Amino acid sequence: MRKLIEFQNIVKSFNDSLVLKGINLSIHENEFVTLLGPSGCGKTTLLRILGGFISQNEGHVYFDDIEISNVPPYKREINTVFQRYALFPHMNVFDNVAFGLRIKKQDKTTIEQKVKKMLKLVNLEGYEDRPVTLLSGGQQQRVAIARALVNEPMVLLLDEPLGALDLKLRKEMQIELKKIQQEVGITFIYVTHDQEEALTMSDTIVVMNAGEIQQIGTPTDIYNEPENRFVADFIGESNILEGVMLEDYKVKFDDQVFECIDYGFEDNLEVDIVLRPEDIDIVPIEMGRIKGVIKSSLFKGVHFEVVVETPYREWIIHTTDKVEVDKEVGLHFFPEDIHIMYKMGTY
Amino acid sequence: MKGYASLVKPYILWMSLFIVVPMLLIVLYAFTEHGNALMAFRFTLGNFMRFFDPVFIKVLFKSLEVAIITTILCIIIGYPIAYVISNASERAQTLLILLITLPMWINMLVRTYAWISILSDGGILNSIFQFFGLAPIKMMYTDFAVMLGMVYNFLPFMIISIYTVLAKLDRALIHASHDLGANPLQTFLRVVLPLSMPGVISGITLVFLPAVSTFVIPKFLGGGQYMLIGNLIENQFITVGEWNFGSAISLIMAVIIMGSMILTRKIDRDASDTTSVEGGKLW
Repeated sequence: MRKLIEFQNIVKSFNDSLVLKGINLSIHENEFVTLLGPSGCGKTTLLRILGGFISQNEGHVYFDDIEISNVPPYKREINTVFQRYALFPHMNVFDNVAFGLRIKKQDKTTIEQKVKKMLKLVNLEGYEDRPVTLLSGGQQQRVAIARALVNEPMVLLLDEPLGALDLKLRKEMQIELKKIQQEVGITFIYVTHDQEEALTMSDTIVVMNAGEIQQIGTPTDIYNEPENRFVADFIGESNILEGVMLEDYKVKFDDQVFECIDYGFEDNLEVDIVLRPEDIDIVPIEMGRIKGVIKSSLFKGVHFEVVVETPYREWIIHTTDKVEVDKEVGLHFFPEDIHIMYKMGTY
Repeated sequence: MKGYASLVKPYILWMSLFIVVPMLLIVLYAFTEHGNALMAFRFTLGNFMRFFDPVFIKVLFKSLEVAIITTILCIIIGYPIAYVISNASERAQTLLILLITLPMWINMLVRTYAWISILSDGGILNSIFQFFGLAPIKMMYTDFAVMLGMVYNFLPFMIISIYTVLAKLDRALIHASHDLGANPLQTFLRVVLPLSMPGVISGITLVFLPAVSTFVIPKFLGGGQYMLIGNLIENQFITVGEWNFGSAISLIMAVIIMGSMILTRKIDRDASDTTSVEGGKLW
């Protein structure tokens, strides 16, 4: 895939507080990229710099190999779906969607065709004459998407577009957005703090924290191979522990040595270790690699969230089997379930 | 909470005593004339008929003309000022709005007197002209002086009411417009201006109403010969003592003002209807 957008060493500060600390990132054609991170991590700021609504203090933004830092937003081939939709309240659905086309002075029949086609794509046929103020949140969301996409931009920016919707609608829209992206075949850059949303839709996830990129990778990479404690903690629930990498394929934690599949670390290096709750099995005490007592079991719908206490820590385990509280059990996991990470700041 | 509701009662009493009763008295005076000793009042439409004299009609049209021009000038001058203020930093906004409202803390009569000393033949402006060797210009007691006084006095109302709407305007809408390819001028014409119309409409109300009935400004800056409807009413009550005729003119003015307000609102509503159906063609 062709590289479409490149951020080079983007630095941005607001009133002396550094929001972006030198971001380097490339985004390709047809890619669904998600900028994921807690609020205040700088993800929306990065998106706004790309949209042209704010400018960076340092660094360059390239679009199709051309520096666009000084190009005003109305001349960029980028359209945005805003956080709270920002639909024009004095216009109906048709006029909102047609806004960009009218600015480009396209002729009336073309505009009508394009708007109709776009409203069909977002499932809003027949809503042309409705005032946008009378639409539901989900419908407004669709109008916002149609209004942006009808201009056939090369890149669509989405700033937490599903944040204001309820859970069920959000899930529906996630699937729909992914479908739309595949249908129109353009680059989507999506900003969210919802890790599940990111995992569901993205081709590439960019995990950010405190103005820095923590990891760039596919959803499976990010989930299974988190690069550091922050990523592991932010993406899904995990058991994160400290240990020592004795030598290749051998790690020690909780005063026990375990076999693992990681290598290439320095011998006796202190590391962080991730064990996903669903990778740990509860077994009879004599078969376990670690022994503990079941402290609690919470029903979560698909699985139980079980807490097992050992002398060293509490383990979180996801299991579909019902377990007895206060029972002594063993914990079992395979070498490939142990994921070793460099401690933050040491790599 | 319910206990506090009774606190409004003295206010209602006050209002009915000093607002409703006088208004009813005006209606009574307008429709009556002094009769003989036995019947104090006699019903008549004569007061209204008297108004349809070319002299008075001319005064009426002059008043409307002055008020309309004042309102238009206030929009033309006030809108850009309100726009600039609403785009300033938050601290600057507070300061600028304070400056705009500051003159209103001082009595209108005093401010109008101040204009006399600025505009009069030997006044400040003419002294400056003379200093630069220019011939003095007659400014007092002209249309110019009246219009200047009017715009000066009523401009803050226009600025404040437009500013209030512009300041509340969601910045995201402007970003969205830029995002969709509209340059700053197109954004202004298609998004900012239509959305700020409610502010302009209420500004029109706030300026036109006092402008059409003022008598202080034309009296002092226009001189004794400068007759607007407000002066006419004032004369009838104070100088001539024709309370019945004065009341009739007041009622006629009230009807005209009410009519113009209804018209303004209708235009406003039609405009927003048009934009939603026809798609911003109005702008």
